[in-house]
Amino acid sequence: MPKVYIDGTSIEVENGTTILEACEKIGVEIPTLCYLKHLNPAGSCRLCLVEVKGSRLLQTACTTPCAEGMEVTTMNQNIYNARKLVLELLLANHDDGCFSCPNNGKCDFARYCMDYDIEKSPFPRNKEFPPVDESGEFFTYDASKCILCRRCVRTCAELQCNNTYTLKGRGHETMVGLPFNQLFKTSNCVSCGNCVSVCPTGALSTKSGKKYRDWEIKKTQTTCPYCGVGCQIELHTKGNKVVGVEPLDGPANNNLLCVKGKFAYEFINHKDRLTKPMMRKGGKGSPLEEVSWDEAMSHIAEKMLAIKAESGPDSLAGFASARVTNEANYIFMKMMRAAVGTNNVDHCARLCHASTVAGLATTLGSGAMTNSISEVVDSDVILVSGSNTTETHPVIGAKMRQALLRGAKLIVAEPREIDLAKQAEIFLQIRPGTNVAFFNGMMNVVIEEDLLDKEYVENRTEGFEELKTLISEYTPEKVAEICNINAEDLRKAARLYAKAEKASIFYSMGVTQHSTGTAGVMCTSNLALLCGKIGKYGCGVNPLRGQNNVQGACDVGCLPGDYTAYQKVVNPDARAKFEKAWGVSLPDKPGLTITETIGAIESGDIRCLYVMGENPMLSDPDINHVEHALKKCEFLVVQDIFLTETAELADVVLPAGSYAETDGTFTNTERRVQLVCKAIEPVGDSREDWDIINELMDRLGYKNNFSSSSDILDELAGTSPSYGGYSFERLKKEQPQWPCPNKDHPGTPVLHIGKFSRGERAIFKPSPYIPAAELPDEEYPFVLTTGRVLYQYHTRTMTGKSEGLTNIMGTSFIEINPTDAGKLGIANSDKVKVASRRGEVTVEAHVTDKVAEGILFMPFHYKDGPANKLTNNVIDPIAKIPEYKVCAARLEKF
Amino acid sequence: MEETRILLKNIGKINPVSSADYVAAGGYKGLKKAISNPEAIVDIMKDSGLRGRGGAGFPVGLKWSFTKGTPSDQKYIICNADEGEPGTNKDRILMSGDPHSLFEGMAIAGVAVGATKGFIYLRAEYPYLLPILNDAIKDAEAAGFIGKNILGSNLDFEIEIRSGAGAYICGDETALMESIEGKRGEPRYKPPFPGVSGLWGKPTIINNVETLCNVPQIIDKGAEWFRSIGTESCPGTKLFTLSGNINNPGVYEFPMGVNMRTLFKEVGGGCPGGKKLFAVQTGGASGAIINAEMLDMPMDIECCAKAGAVLGAGDLMFIDESINIIDVVENLIEFFVEESCGKCTPCREGNTRLLEFVHKFKDGTAREDDLERLIEIGSFMQVSSLCGLGQASPVPVLSAIKNFPDKFIVKSDERGQN
Repeated sequence: MPKVYIDGTSIEVENGTTILEACEKIGVEIPTLCYLKHLNPAGSCRLCLVEVKGSRLLQTACTTPCAEGMEVTTMNQNIYNARKLVLELLLANHDDGCFSCPNNGKCDFARYCMDYDIEKSPFPRNKEFPPVDESGEFFTYDASKCILCRRCVRTCAELQCNNTYTLKGRGHETMVGLPFNQLFKTSNCVSCGNCVSVCPTGALSTKSGKKYRDWEIKKTQTTCPYCGVGCQIELHTKGNKVVGVEPLDGPANNNLLCVKGKFAYEFINHKDRLTKPMMRKGGKGSPLEEVSWDEAMSHIAEKMLAIKAESGPDSLAGFASARVTNEANYIFMKMMRAAVGTNNVDHCARLCHASTVAGLATTLGSGAMTNSISEVVDSDVILVSGSNTTETHPVIGAKMRQALLRGAKLIVAEPREIDLAKQAEIFLQIRPGTNVAFFNGMMNVVIEEDLLDKEYVENRTEGFEELKTLISEYTPEKVAEICNINAEDLRKAARLYAKAEKASIFYSMGVTQHSTGTAGVMCTSNLALLCGKIGKYGCGVNPLRGQNNVQGACDVGCLPGDYTAYQKVVNPDARAKFEKAWGVSLPDKPGLTITETIGAIESGDIRCLYVMGENPMLSDPDINHVEHALKKCEFLVVQDIFLTETAELADVVLPAGSYAETDGTFTNTERRVQLVCKAIEPVGDSREDWDIINELMDRLGYKNNFSSSSDILDELAGTSPSYGGYSFERLKKEQPQWPCPNKDHPGTPVLHIGKFSRGERAIFKPSPYIPAAELPDEEYPFVLTTGRVLYQYHTRTMTGKSEGLTNIMGTSFIEINPTDAGKLGIANSDKVKVASRRGEVTVEAHVTDKVAEGILFMPFHYKDGPANKLTNNVIDPIAKIPEYKVCAARLEKF
Repeated sequence: MEETRILLKNIGKINPVSSADYVAAGGYKGLKKAISNPEAIVDIMKDSGLRGRGGAGFPVGLKWSFTKGTPSDQKYIICNADEGEPGTNKDRILMSGDPHSLFEGMAIAGVAVGATKGFIYLRAEYPYLLPILNDAIKDAEAAGFIGKNILGSNLDFEIEIRSGAGAYICGDETALMESIEGKRGEPRYKPPFPGVSGLWGKPTIINNVETLCNVPQIIDKGAEWFRSIGTESCPGTKLFTLSGNINNPGVYEFPMGVNMRTLFKEVGGGCPGGKKLFAVQTGGASGAIINAEMLDMPMDIECCAKAGAVLGAGDLMFIDESINIIDVVENLIEFFVEESCGKCTPCREGNTRLLEFVHKFKDGTAREDDLERLIEIGSFMQVSSLCGLGQASPVPVLSAIKNFPDKFIVKSDERGQN
């Protein structure tokens, strides 16, 4: 703990603290340009020069560590002159068209020039610049405004780890650019925009930013509405319009964002937003017409009450939403249970991670990420399976790459050669649907080579002997055959994982969306337990949740068998607790899942379906079947922000406010509860989700006492042990991870330390490999697997409104191996007809060796060429999750 | 005057590739002694008073002690053979004529601090040294002096050559390491110093060729022997490179403290054509340009510094009366504009501005405030640049202004008209 003197003030600091950090602590401001928190210091701009007693040179505060007794002077005439000269030298070649610069009003460089009394540089311009690169969809680079601080280059290299930028030329000719004089459009740029966010001048600026100035906008801190990472963002609004997004230093994202979070906000104020309630006044078959809220609400209440009276509460069902707030989901779930009286409430977690919730709850006692996102950077070995992390959870993908920069090793077990595979120490290109065999093979090597953590297995687990017996069948050679991989690679991967001190497993829907999804999930925890890697920092089993609040929607009880915090409806104590809290008696049988609901509509058991913020018409498997059911549904209510494919079939459509128009909380994939704050008023006549449901409950005869989302969170906290410590007031200051049982509890970054959620011991659940339900045959010779792409999200209700994203990746496609394509006479970009036993679609072929021979891949986002016309709706018997990842298909040139 | 050939003793006398020849001439004795008592080496180096010969003159024993005292799974020895300073040729002579003395010095360093891997970072313009060095490495490996299990000691020390690509900045120790790591050749900020965190973040000793070539004989003959040569503060000999307007240009070895006048007159043979000496630049392209009247100067680090000059790597460029000093300064700054890496603002932008002002003096358009501004920028660069390049590049022009004020003529009547 060296003690230093800064301008005479003494301060004791941690070892390694820089002068700049010490100055920050005591409120002494030092100007900086190249310095940026989270980046390695560069010490290149030389603006933060200070005097250190005894040194002939001026020292850069950003790089110089404090040493015992150091005497630092942060301002005198010498320092002032030197800093001023730095600025003057930079200004000489800086385009001074500030009037038209999008950075006008927030430019660090301009502010410093003002601070140091510089109006113009005393030096003539002596550099020429290339034309502005406007080839990217979202931002431009103007070298004449660049001051060579390199924040962009370093952010792209050290944090995003994409290495799009380079420094061209040497000395005075040095310039930021792209390698080989490429433009953004032809480069490997992923448009994350993190370079734009860190640019201190207007050199890198958003295309949309030209239309507003910093002083005109209001800034609202909130949580990103896309994937489950839970990035903290600042929404910039002008009037009632969202005009920009900036990253914040949230615990999950540390100032990073992806292309969707940064740029895909056009949907908020899009002209297609639903702004008025609509009804088919003439009954089924008649057009949707705008009506008043009162008319729509009384019609809904009337119909719901009538159906309930005629056929009982279980003839109604509701789909909650992984996109809306915890508060909206809680009140929705409460409506179905307390006001309607049914447990028929589910949401699309059924379709992505139901197997995680079921699997990990069984083996460990808690179906969520065991560890925190930030820990991945400190992992020694990272095993990724069934997740295209850099595309689906881009910020976590970037953090994995940060870990690789620090020397971590990566194992990727995936059917496709995803970007991460290129950086993997070991890449195992497994056949779709063979995850269980793969994990069993890993465990076989671990046991065979005696790499297991015996003490851990002995003291903290049960069921090892049973596991050992089953695993013994899965020799590397046998598994290599099943997965179509090399046995030696499997051995290497197992050794690498088992021997690492800190090894983490990350998986996503490639593991969960199978008819054996729950078994696949339990295999991940089997492996981790076997190697003693649960309940430790930098380790764990980490399911990456796909949507912004899919974790929260599960947590708050939008599951047919669970109240909040996974309290079971079949548990009489839990039921009694909620009956008391809500003042009604509650049904004691679990309700229907999404997949079962669709079937129950077909059979006539369900007459009314209320859908809040979901689009099963694109997201569910075998959508021909879904469409048939929804059309048949007697009374379909859809509450959404757009007229989705599902809303088009509805009898009543209610316009909801988007995430930018509501207050509440989202729970991210690492169990962190974070605030969502209203930045603009709900557009048109739309209303906040919770507010709509609150009124409807009143009309259904159940009176809540909520006047804000905050009131709802308070009730939720009161009935849910793991959420007990949350309130809006607290979440403004800190965002702890659940379990957080009371207001003094700091939250739980790592689960299962010392003791598992399920009890003293975790349990091994050995699972045999069972092939996918539908395998290729002569008629349908290919395996079709599905997934997501970086530039789209879910069914494109939001990303589809972004012109830039549409330009980058606006149409569906199918990936096919060059050898297969050659045999079928298919060239890249050809239109092809793809068929399965359930339907057929026509899409563009992408001929690529990303997929192996015999394998096809399609993204599921698109309405034109919807993959889910082809997918198989066979479900996992435990979690009821459909097998999106494997079906048999054939294709031919269109 | 007779040279004192300690470093150059084998040059031209042995087959440079042959370790047997080198051994016959007394070589690899130091390494044997070092292996017999590795613990003692750093202390011997400290006692010897050897200072770095690359230009900065840092005490070698102290530098090695940092690396020795930093525990690590891997340490490195780097030989800085990027002899990029214009007017310096000494390392080339050593590597072409007696490479084993360099390997021996590196191996001793490795044994001393527990490093098992050495790199020679070879100047791009010395491609013809590559086969000599590679053959000599093979020979030394075959004879068991380097490589695995050297001299049966169970110690390893491998040497690998990495070629530069022609950047002057890669003579800077940290830029050199960036280059070996495959990155853009740019200096790092210090601390951390390479001794603690160098190549790939591991403790690294980096020394100049001449420095390392001194090591074997110090270990063999002892610190006291070494201290008996040269001056109190700078023991040993020094290789001096004489260039410019001089009759006998070349590399010569003399004890530290030899008088510059001796080097000019007796060794160099004065200026060609009987011209009068006007100025001398010492210490390479970024060294000070001093007045010929200051010729009576003992050449060691302290004496040079006292006189406002630099010993540097021992280069002396003689400038006779027919040369315009402004042209010299212009040429030197052009070199630095070309060789600045572009990382820090003062060096990247400052050198081009220095050149613009020098052009004004050349054109005769300079004004009083141009001179003030030139001195201001130069002084600013000296204290604010990231590395030695930017800190030293203004030295020639600033020293020329100080030592030859009448050559920097300004139109004083036009001051302030703009």
